[in-house]
Amino acid sequence: MQPLLKVQALSKTFNIRAGLFNRKKFEVLKNISFSIGKGETIAIIGETGSGKSTLAKLLVGAYSADSGQILLENNTIENNGQRDAQCRYIRMIFQDSATSLNPALTIAEMLDDCLKFNTDFDQAQRSEKIDSTLLKVGLLVDHQQYYPHMFSIGQLQRVALARALILDPKVVVLDEALSSLDPSVRAQIVNLLLKLQLETGLTYILITHHLSLVRHISDQLVVLNKGEIVEYGDTETIFQSPQSKITQRLLSC
Amino acid sequence: MAKFNLFSEDANKSPLARLWRKFKNNHPALVGLWVFIAFCILAATAPFLAPYGVNQQHSDALLLPPSWNEMGDVRFILGTDDLGRDVLSRLMNGATYTFGLSVVAALITTMIGVLVGTFAGISKGLRASFLNHLLDVTLSIPSLLLAIIIIAILGPGLMNTVWAIILALLPQFIHSIRNLIVDELGKDYVTAYRLDGASNWHILSRGIFPNVYEYIVVIFTMALSTAILDIAALGFLKLGAQPPTTEWGAILAENLGLIYLAPWTVALPGVLLFLAVLSTNLVGDGLRKVLQARKAD
Repeated sequence: MQPLLKVQALSKTFNIRAGLFNRKKFEVLKNISFSIGKGETIAIIGETGSGKSTLAKLLVGAYSADSGQILLENNTIENNGQRDAQCRYIRMIFQDSATSLNPALTIAEMLDDCLKFNTDFDQAQRSEKIDSTLLKVGLLVDHQQYYPHMFSIGQLQRVALARALILDPKVVVLDEALSSLDPSVRAQIVNLLLKLQLETGLTYILITHHLSLVRHISDQLVVLNKGEIVEYGDTETIFQSPQSKITQRLLSC
Repeated sequence: MAKFNLFSEDANKSPLARLWRKFKNNHPALVGLWVFIAFCILAATAPFLAPYGVNQQHSDALLLPPSWNEMGDVRFILGTDDLGRDVLSRLMNGATYTFGLSVVAALITTMIGVLVGTFAGISKGLRASFLNHLLDVTLSIPSLLLAIIIIAILGPGLMNTVWAIILALLPQFIHSIRNLIVDELGKDYVTAYRLDGASNWHILSRGIFPNVYEYIVVIFTMALSTAILDIAALGFLKLGAQPPTTEWGAILAENLGLIYLAPWTVALPGVLLFLAVLSTNLVGDGLRKVLQARKAD
């Protein structure tokens, strides 16, 4: 089967100030390659500072890579740091939904802006799309006029999901999006995510520390350590027989 | 999941409405706001409201005390000065100069400060440093002294005072605005908005300004109270407004020689200056407290 998203030899280096005039290069990601099919979930795990969040930001386009390609359905959307700005098929849900929503805008205004920037819908089409998206993530149409501070954390995560889904993305990146939730709310959101995946064939890239969640929903697993892939393969296989020492250590805790 | 009331109109408050609700409960700040608004109205309409002309002399009524004194005359509610001019009319017109011009100076400072501070905030590297530190030299001198230096070059006069005050206030303003913008730009919602496809202009107008304009108002009130004091001080030192201009500081200076003979001619402009600065500071302080309270919940 043709993979939906293909990442080839992605690298990212940050310049770090080391002293007054010196700048040190710090390689966050080295030669990352993986691919996912439609409707699959890939989990990325690794210890803190292994480059997981940087990888997420590269995928959605918040950072640009130094070298390497990202291909979506065989179209190159990023080539050696050149991003095709029109591509909004990869969307991201942030770790803390409370800070990733603009406190001064209502939910409707926020979603409306999303549509305005990326589609040629007219007013009626936009409001219809907002209604249907809110219902899809388990919110009510009435929630449109609410400000972010009026929601609970679980609802905010749904709003963040609505914001990601309103542009009909093919890939959704969840950067620790489920970590800050308490178990029952997390279970609700996970079930919602799985339901949406079944219905629309979404692909998820899950970045998390939560191992049982990884085992529960992901098909493939990437283990990162110091910016390099140490293990990549089928989730169940890796959980059964981890090859590298780092994976063994991660999975044993 | 948290319970919520779906159809409650009351709960559906914008951040601004929440701010006002909290501000209303802070009574000193609310009183300050009313006094502040009264001063604004007075500054705009004083020539029409004042009972007599500013320089209209009444030779039959020299140095009359305020009307509640047994020597007073009900025609001149706050008495007259040594030239027989009505103190009330002069003080009312003084609001236009001292308070009104301070507001204008603070507004111009705000506009320039927001413009330069925003550019400094969104640009990077050398350009940001240049914009940010453009007027930093003036930070090394107290604002009043700087104003005196500028007046020494330009010559005394009310408009020169205003320019001097604007120049003295600008660097602090630019720094504060730039810090606000940089803080906001680092937040997740800006990144998320950028990923939605928002341009820099959208991020500023829809993302950042709706979240910082209250802070800009707080900085504005601080600039305003400094401006009021500086304009009055320069008027008092005979470097700013010149008599017979009815600027409060100038009135104070003009009548200083009468302080034993007619204390009301000196005390009343002082009281007004005190009220103007107090109300401005009460509003600014109340607003700052409310903003902190809103952030906390």
